[in-house]
Amino acid sequence: MINRKTFIAVSCASMLAGCAGMVSVSDKEVVDILKASFSERSIAKLDRLDQSELQKSCSEYATKELPKPLRESLEKTALGSVKYPADGKYLGDWKNGERVAQSGRGMQFSDDAKTVNGGNCYACHQIDQKELSYGNIGPSLWNYGKLRGNSEPILKYTWAKIWNSHSFNACSQMPRYGDAGILTQAQLKDVMALLLDPGSPVNK
Amino acid sequence: MRTNMISRVSALALTAALGITGIGNALAQGKDPTIEAIEKYREMLQDGNPAELTVARGEALWKEKRGPKNASLQACDIGLGAGVVDGAYAMLPRYFADTNEVMDFESRLVHCMVTLQGFKREDVIKRPYSGSGQKATDLEALTAYVVDASRGSTIAVPQSHQKEIASFKRGEKMFYFRGGPYDFSCATCHAIDGQRIRLQDLPNLTKEEPARRAFATWPAYRVSQGAVRTMQWRLNDCFRQQRFPDLKYGSQASIDLITFLGVNANGGKMDSPAIKR
Repeated sequence: MINRKTFIAVSCASMLAGCAGMVSVSDKEVVDILKASFSERSIAKLDRLDQSELQKSCSEYATKELPKPLRESLEKTALGSVKYPADGKYLGDWKNGERVAQSGRGMQFSDDAKTVNGGNCYACHQIDQKELSYGNIGPSLWNYGKLRGNSEPILKYTWAKIWNSHSFNACSQMPRYGDAGILTQAQLKDVMALLLDPGSPVNK
Repeated sequence: MRTNMISRVSALALTAALGITGIGNALAQGKDPTIEAIEKYREMLQDGNPAELTVARGEALWKEKRGPKNASLQACDIGLGAGVVDGAYAMLPRYFADTNEVMDFESRLVHCMVTLQGFKREDVIKRPYSGSGQKATDLEALTAYVVDASRGSTIAVPQSHQKEIASFKRGEKMFYFRGGPYDFSCATCHAIDGQRIRLQDLPNLTKEEPARRAFATWPAYRVSQGAVRTMQWRLNDCFRQQRFPDLKYGSQASIDLITFLGVNANGGKMDSPAIKR
């Protein structure tokens, strides 16, 4: 055993490429090292490093295509997690929706449990054209409702997309605003109104 | 001289603030206003980076006899032999036989402060980062001094020892590790070309050129915080925004991620401490 290790070390020194191939790193080792490398602080506990099945699969397939059966199963599970509003009302107040979309606060170790979470939508999306400081990781949502109307299927689809973005795109980069408890039902309705209310500046 | 520099800095900060009001026009013309403003700002500050003050303090600290053992850090081996500072930062992280570990510069610095000077590790890393606008911590000043001595050196993070290769491979997996309530990984923001958060450009750290620029320009003087920030800080603050817990200073994960970035950046030229928004 010792001889074999020495042999590998010797061949490493002389043959770099062969050596790199011989070093393998297991997922478990990576997870163990991550857990030893972080400490809990404020609301950010170490269980945030416990990956869900979805997080695990989307990490594993980050640079390669997700096999179709796995993709379909992740999307089905995500869609199954969606809780639609009990009162059947999808649209709240677009003005507050704009505030939620602007705020990037919440759930960081520099926050506390009293921090009101934002959606930080503008970090990744154009929404109201008046806001020039927007990111481009997600698509533009300008005229979202004007282009689609606000029929029942559109309302349900948009609600599900925001509740759990993985419902329609297994490894979407967008947070699960409803499923992960980032926004409240009322905040979700307000963001829905920002996107879909005919009176919202987004649909002018 | 100090007063001059400070008033020059505030004048420039004002210029930068004014520059931002031009964003709307610049956007309409299809230019990238943030990058333009930062480049202009950086150019204006070329010969007056406030990090120079931190570098000077770091140099004095490096040479001063300190700690229970009353020793300077001049016997510290940061990879090129005891006492060799020039060019050493550009070749870290690397494997060190005396600890049988891969270490980045900041971990090695802590190691030297403990072994040579006799400080207690928990005391040294208790408060690694200064508050906004406060005087740099000893770790920040010492890091600024050592990285400055690598300015212009070619980034050459080694991959010859098995532990160096393992560190890179773990770092790569950690880069793609999605977790936390937002499901983010490093790759969420840093694996695609041309992406922005708000108006902030995000480097694709899997590509050679952006990886080189990122590795070469940290540590940096962060104008918005009035402080020199190190690579360990950069990672810690990324994880804060990823909604992860607190990345420990000098932890194995931090070293592995720096190795991943450094190897991707190999061939670039160090240009740190840089100046950033």
